Amino acid sequence: MSDEHARAAPPPRKLKLATVSLAGCFGCHTSFLDIDERLLPLLERIEFDRSPLTDIKHCGPCDIGLVEGGVCNAENVEVLREFRAHCRVLVALGACAVNGGLPAQRNNIALGELLQEVYRTGHGLAAGSRIPDDPELPLLLNQVHPVHEVVRIDYFLPGCPPSADAIWDFLNALIEGRAPTLGPGLLQYD
Amino acid sequence: MAAATLETLLGRHGHDGTRLVQILREVQDALGWLAPETLTAIAHAIDRPRAQVESSAGFYSFFHTRPLGDYRILFSDNITDRMLGSQALLRRLCERLWLEPGRVSEDGLVSVDTTSCTGMCDQGPALLANYRAITRLTPQRIDHMARLIRRRVPVSDWPREWFRVEDNIRRRDVLLGNGLAPGEALAAALERAPTALLDEIERSALRGRGGAGFGSDIKWRACRAARGDAHYVVCNADEGEPGTFKDRVLLAGFFDLVVDGMCIAGFAIGASQGFIYLRGEYRHLLDLLETRLAERRAAGLLGRDILGRGFDFDIAIHLGAGAYVCGEESALIESLEGKPGKPRIRPPFPVTHGYLGQPTTVNNVETLALAALIAVRGGEWFRTIGTASSTGTKLLSVSGDVARPGVYEFPFGVTVAAVLEAAGAQDTQAVTTAGAAGPCLTAEAFGRRIAFEDVATGGSLMVFDASRDMFEVARNFINFFAHESCGLCTPCRVGTAVNARLMDKLARGRGSPCDLEEMEKLHQLMQHASHCGLGSTATIALRDMLARFRPAFERRLRSPDFAPDFAPAFDLDAALSQARGMTGRSDPGAHLGDETSATGALRAGEEPR
Amino acid sequence: MNDSFLLDGETIPFSPGQTVMQAAAAAGKYIPHLCWHPDFAPHGSCRLCIVRIGGRYATACTVGAARGQVVENRSEAIDAERRTLLQLLFVEGNHFCPSCEKSGDCVLQATAYEMGMLTPHFDHFYPDRPLDASHPEVLLEFNRCILCELCVRASRDVDRKNVFALAGRGLRSHLIVNSESGRLADTDFAATDRAAAVCPVGAILKKRVGFAMPIGKRTYDPRPIGKSHEPGTREDE
Repeated sequence: MSDEHARAAPPPRKLKLATVSLAGCFGCHTSFLDIDERLLPLLERIEFDRSPLTDIKHCGPCDIGLVEGGVCNAENVEVLREFRAHCRVLVALGACAVNGGLPAQRNNIALGELLQEVYRTGHGLAAGSRIPDDPELPLLLNQVHPVHEVVRIDYFLPGCPPSADAIWDFLNALIEGRAPTLGPGLLQYD
Repeated sequence: MAAATLETLLGRHGHDGTRLVQILREVQDALGWLAPETLTAIAHAIDRPRAQVESSAGFYSFFHTRPLGDYRILFSDNITDRMLGSQALLRRLCERLWLEPGRVSEDGLVSVDTTSCTGMCDQGPALLANYRAITRLTPQRIDHMARLIRRRVPVSDWPREWFRVEDNIRRRDVLLGNGLAPGEALAAALERAPTALLDEIERSALRGRGGAGFGSDIKWRACRAARGDAHYVVCNADEGEPGTFKDRVLLAGFFDLVVDGMCIAGFAIGASQGFIYLRGEYRHLLDLLETRLAERRAAGLLGRDILGRGFDFDIAIHLGAGAYVCGEESALIESLEGKPGKPRIRPPFPVTHGYLGQPTTVNNVETLALAALIAVRGGEWFRTIGTASSTGTKLLSVSGDVARPGVYEFPFGVTVAAVLEAAGAQDTQAVTTAGAAGPCLTAEAFGRRIAFEDVATGGSLMVFDASRDMFEVARNFINFFAHESCGLCTPCRVGTAVNARLMDKLARGRGSPCDLEEMEKLHQLMQHASHCGLGSTATIALRDMLARFRPAFERRLRSPDFAPDFAPAFDLDAALSQARGMTGRSDPGAHLGDETSATGALRAGEEPR
Repeated sequence: MNDSFLLDGETIPFSPGQTVMQAAAAAGKYIPHLCWHPDFAPHGSCRLCIVRIGGRYATACTVGAARGQVVENRSEAIDAERRTLLQLLFVEGNHFCPSCEKSGDCVLQATAYEMGMLTPHFDHFYPDRPLDASHPEVLLEFNRCILCELCVRASRDVDRKNVFALAGRGLRSHLIVNSESGRLADTDFAATDRAAAVCPVGAILKKRVGFAMPIGKRTYDPRPIGKSHEPGTREDE
């Protein structure tokens, strides 16, 4: 490093990014990884906090949180609240986070009926099978909710999944402190 | 038997599809409800697609396509009824009948529910028993009613006193003190040529009393000038605005003047057929009015060759079936034609394309009565009353926190304060001056005048004293509009429903300031984008109340520390209740705290490390 | 012949009797809409085509074009209100694009893209609307119905069958079919009816042809709806 560089201001602090998948399929995370080699320059500007990529279990104070998936159970609620509490900017990532998506299509079936069907009366169940009641398992909410119905969300990035290019554009805007917009062809709900 | 009943009924209506709303009501009266096969039979008989018949049957609150009991009890749910204790009475009746509100009893005997304002605010709390109005409810009446229902005594055999509807006229002026004999105004009108009559109306500067204040002579002239196979006069007696009941009083006590006014309108525009669109809630007036029309026909005051002057004009009464939106004139005409009461695209306006596409003038009951008065006394005389731009008098329906609720006739220009004083209002904190669909005034505005150029009103003044929670008033109005939106346009259909949900959220104490902003934003959207006046006026009172009674709303917000900018609408722990029930779990993990349990949260403005 | 008005500053010619929408469409200009269709009488219900004319709001599909009108269409303020209208429609029904065969060809979705709608914003209603798969060739997916009545108009005015109608009121408004059973199979509806092809969303779908077109080749993949009105393109089918 030259003297000139050494005298300049220290390089900007890397932004902290946390990601999580709630009631989602990790498809949005997979799409995130599809930014491919662009991940390397990205990593010069951000570092991951809690994320499936780091295996950190709880998120600390972060600049950006990306939430994939809707909210279908008690654990989702707790994790989402943790993200909201710790992330300056919270983003709903993908269709399920934005409107509940596929999991929300159970919303017209009473939860009781649903559990009965799946664990008691459905086809191919072992004799004596019952509705799981292990305290280790999170309880299901009556309905699946998009994340904006549970906490305040700053930005929404729809898509099933949002494309790697959309995620890339979006993140770059956030990192550079611009209001993110989606360029032509990048706004898609499917 | 059902088939025979149906055939008789349909025959009486000449198998005429435009009579569909009347047919549906009578068939339901006879058979108890509108079963799928009944709708099919009606569709065949009137030669309309079945889907259209089902469409009308499904639109009106008073029609049911499933059985709702031999006794259908509907409590009037206007805020004034609530202020008189209607909710406790509803609960009491349900308890006496071992019933949940909105549900039909196991034996199919009875259901108890609420309905929009029934126009008995001066003598509430009120209800409809099989669509017959019962006023002045008390706990004793409710207990008695429960016994009668359980003993299956027909509603027609219930104490007659219960069905008594008072006029409660508190102040008379030129209209309510007119002293004219039936037909006198009509005779005076027929002395002139139609154009001279129109000139007389123009001289009077009479403006429509429904609230919008359109010049009556302009409307009549436009209708007269419009080409068509036939012209029609429609008397808008679909008095649905919460808190108004003055047309009920005019129809009950001054019907001849109203009919004279309709005949005069018919004479002026060249019509020979008129309709009275009577709101379904005023079913109790129907037989009386029909009888009176028959008497007038016998006396040469209606029908062929009226007063021997070669003028033919007859009137049919059309009963509504529980739809506030039908007060909008084009929706009313749709309903007259047997269709769901959804407002038409305008232009064209009814004066050129109204009933059956023909030139039609739709006038308020009060406007027609005043036109009759003007025909006798003259336009110049009329113009001496009221203000320069609002001539004549105005009937005001005053209800709520006043000593003397009822109908007050005042010359235009009277101050709100003077009306309040006449009605014996004390400690008034607010007055709504156009029912649920208009502004909400507070004390500093009580010096303003009732007139088109100042406080424009259709006549519904609801008064709220300082003990009233204005949030509950706003919530009642918002629920009213959500119930009454016709569903045609997006902003009104969904916007009223979102508003109702937001108000419920606030009522549960779960609101955040952003919810109040949301309602203000929806107010803008509904003003700009609604198809008709129902949507564009649905949030005016709410906007006023949000501005003037902010603390009543803010009291409902979650503590600002917890929810400065957001709060979920639902209780997350309660949303686990079904799962807890199914698994039998009660461990800590089976519950969600209300607030975030996460530690180390960022404070506003703080940056990570 | 020289009659014209200004639409966002551009001169739009019109002939007598045309609405602002018709004149704009004829000139290849896009005014957002859902319930309007060039082949049918205006309905004025979706309200997406609100414009401001001389400071007053009106729906372009119902207001007559007049000489000298100054029409504000694609301003940020009006598009913002359109976005809110779309959000209301999205939360009112059950619109799950990833599992909808109409995705990519859907006017509701394409209009939401055009208006830059990133979120439904409001709390969802998640209504319970069972579908009707009774007909051998056509499926009714009421969850996606936006009550535009295009099928009602097409079946009544073109097919002369009156297969569809709206029943209910307010939020309970819903599409019904012309049979006592309430099933489409019990009507005289045919897959060749105009009403079978006019639905702007995925509420009326021909069976066994779903997802035939790959992503990228669907109606609005190459060309956003805002450009679809330009000369040489057709909006419908």
